[in-house]
Amino acid sequence: MAMESSNTPVEKLGTGIEGFDLIAQGGLPKGRTTLITGTAGSAKTVFAAQFLAEGIRKSDEPGVFVTFEEHPSEIRKNLLSMNWPIQEWETQNRWRFVDASPQPGQETIESGEFDLGALLARIEHAVRTVGALRISIDSLGAVFTLFNNASLVRAELRRLSAALKGMGITAVMTAERTHEFGEIARFGVEEFVADNVIILRNVLEAEKRRRTIEILKFRGTTHQKGEYPFTVLPDQGIVIIPLSAIELKQRSSDTRVPSGSPEMDRMCGGGFFRDSLILVSGATGCGKTLMTAEFIHGGAKKGERCLLFAYEESREQLLRNANGWGIDFETLEQNGQLRVICAYPESAGMEDHLIAIKREIDAFKPDRVAVDSVSALERVGTNRGFREFMISLASFVKHQEIPGMFTATTATLMGGPSVTESHFSSITDTIILLRYVEMLGEMRRGVTVLKMRGSMHEKDIREFTIDNKGMHIGKPFRNIVGILTGKPEYLNVESVDRISGMFQD
Amino acid sequence: MNTNEKFLLKLYITGHTPRSERAIKNLRRICEEDLGGRYEMRVIDILEQPQLAEDEKILATPTLIKVLPPPLRRIIGDLSDSEKVLLGLDLLPVELNLK
Repeated sequence: MAMESSNTPVEKLGTGIEGFDLIAQGGLPKGRTTLITGTAGSAKTVFAAQFLAEGIRKSDEPGVFVTFEEHPSEIRKNLLSMNWPIQEWETQNRWRFVDASPQPGQETIESGEFDLGALLARIEHAVRTVGALRISIDSLGAVFTLFNNASLVRAELRRLSAALKGMGITAVMTAERTHEFGEIARFGVEEFVADNVIILRNVLEAEKRRRTIEILKFRGTTHQKGEYPFTVLPDQGIVIIPLSAIELKQRSSDTRVPSGSPEMDRMCGGGFFRDSLILVSGATGCGKTLMTAEFIHGGAKKGERCLLFAYEESREQLLRNANGWGIDFETLEQNGQLRVICAYPESAGMEDHLIAIKREIDAFKPDRVAVDSVSALERVGTNRGFREFMISLASFVKHQEIPGMFTATTATLMGGPSVTESHFSSITDTIILLRYVEMLGEMRRGVTVLKMRGSMHEKDIREFTIDNKGMHIGKPFRNIVGILTGKPEYLNVESVDRISGMFQD
Repeated sequence: MNTNEKFLLKLYITGHTPRSERAIKNLRRICEEDLGGRYEMRVIDILEQPQLAEDEKILATPTLIKVLPPPLRRIIGDLSDSEKVLLGLDLLPVELNLK
């Protein structure tokens, strides 16, 4: 690979496909051909079309679309739903089709030798006419079905590949594969477009479809390795979620913001840090939503803009419950200080939820954000998908340099870890545990700050009560141990004194 | 078949390569021998008129399109297989009947 690019390194062309340029470390290799392979329904055509559409929309680079499968009129229609006005672009000479789709009712008879010179001439003509800088060819496998002689087609496609290189145009070619984890593509097409290969996958995992994109190789240049989840949005096309490509370079702030509860502020050593992630973990009904509501309320009282995503309750329920704690969400929303988004977890895939959250944050530009609860989203996807979701969500919120509160529901009533916690705890700055405490035939509630990065915090487990004014944090539980493990035990005053004495100097 | 019917044939080539020349020669021979001069033949060089290839959606060259008489038919290749060409021109069954 060093021979080819001995003097100038391989340049990249930013595709404009959201997330792709991050994992491709700049974009597709410029002036070269990249093979996009995938099974049926893996969004190859969307990728090919979007490569052109983003070129036109974002960098004013005209494109040529060579179609061997679908008729241009079908493509125009299908992609109109993505808000890509292809017909308009065609009249503006920014998009040109080369229609090589099968002509219905026309059988072709082969008599003697031939080549695909006409196709090459048409492609060159189209590229020249619009001054194309990008070209998409969809799909190579279909070319093989048009002619009987596969080795001839292979030779001609190799010629096409060389011709494209000569034109200095950045090309995307799609090809089918029969298995998600098998040969790169059918008909051995990777032979002649072997420099750059991207694989799109659409795997059925635990009854859920999971789309991923993997850059298998970029000759002579770098890229992120491994699979990245993506989704196809009806109005935006492919959106890739770059997980590990996200850099940990957030600034850190010493500014404190109120948690919404003066007692909690004290427990945290003066409030949450402005750019911290707070995980609130507890069993169902333990007061997590209340804590979120207080957090939102605390921000709103300071004049901040707050965004709340609720995945467990309907809007009406949430507003009613908040009212019961003396918090008027409705008025806050009318003032434009608050936006509450309620969604049913199963209403979309995990990637779609993530993108929806990002979009809302981008649009509303909140000063603080809360998600209640993230564990409700656990059931939407696979374990791995959920982990990626959590990491991506956390790093996105961190990049906004705003505090984010996430709640997690523990699996059992008396505590214990949840999936959410195990995925999330290391990237959160603050962890608050809410626990039920069974005491003398009564269920009481306890709260403790387990972790507070960069600050002193109280180590006590305090009792708290809930009434129509909200949350009231009271005294620590002194004569009880084992709250966190879910097996509380009572100690008599004597042993409490003895244990306290052990730690005195 | 109607013996007065005239054939309109379009042959698309990409430049005057040996293969193109071969196709022209083969077609002319077949036309003279089997059509008895009842034909009009147009040779179109796609390198000079690429838009015509786009309009006709031609992929391979040489491509012979039988425009008239209907039905429209396409034959690709250097036309060295005369039998296939005659089949494409809807002439073969007639020839077989005569034999």
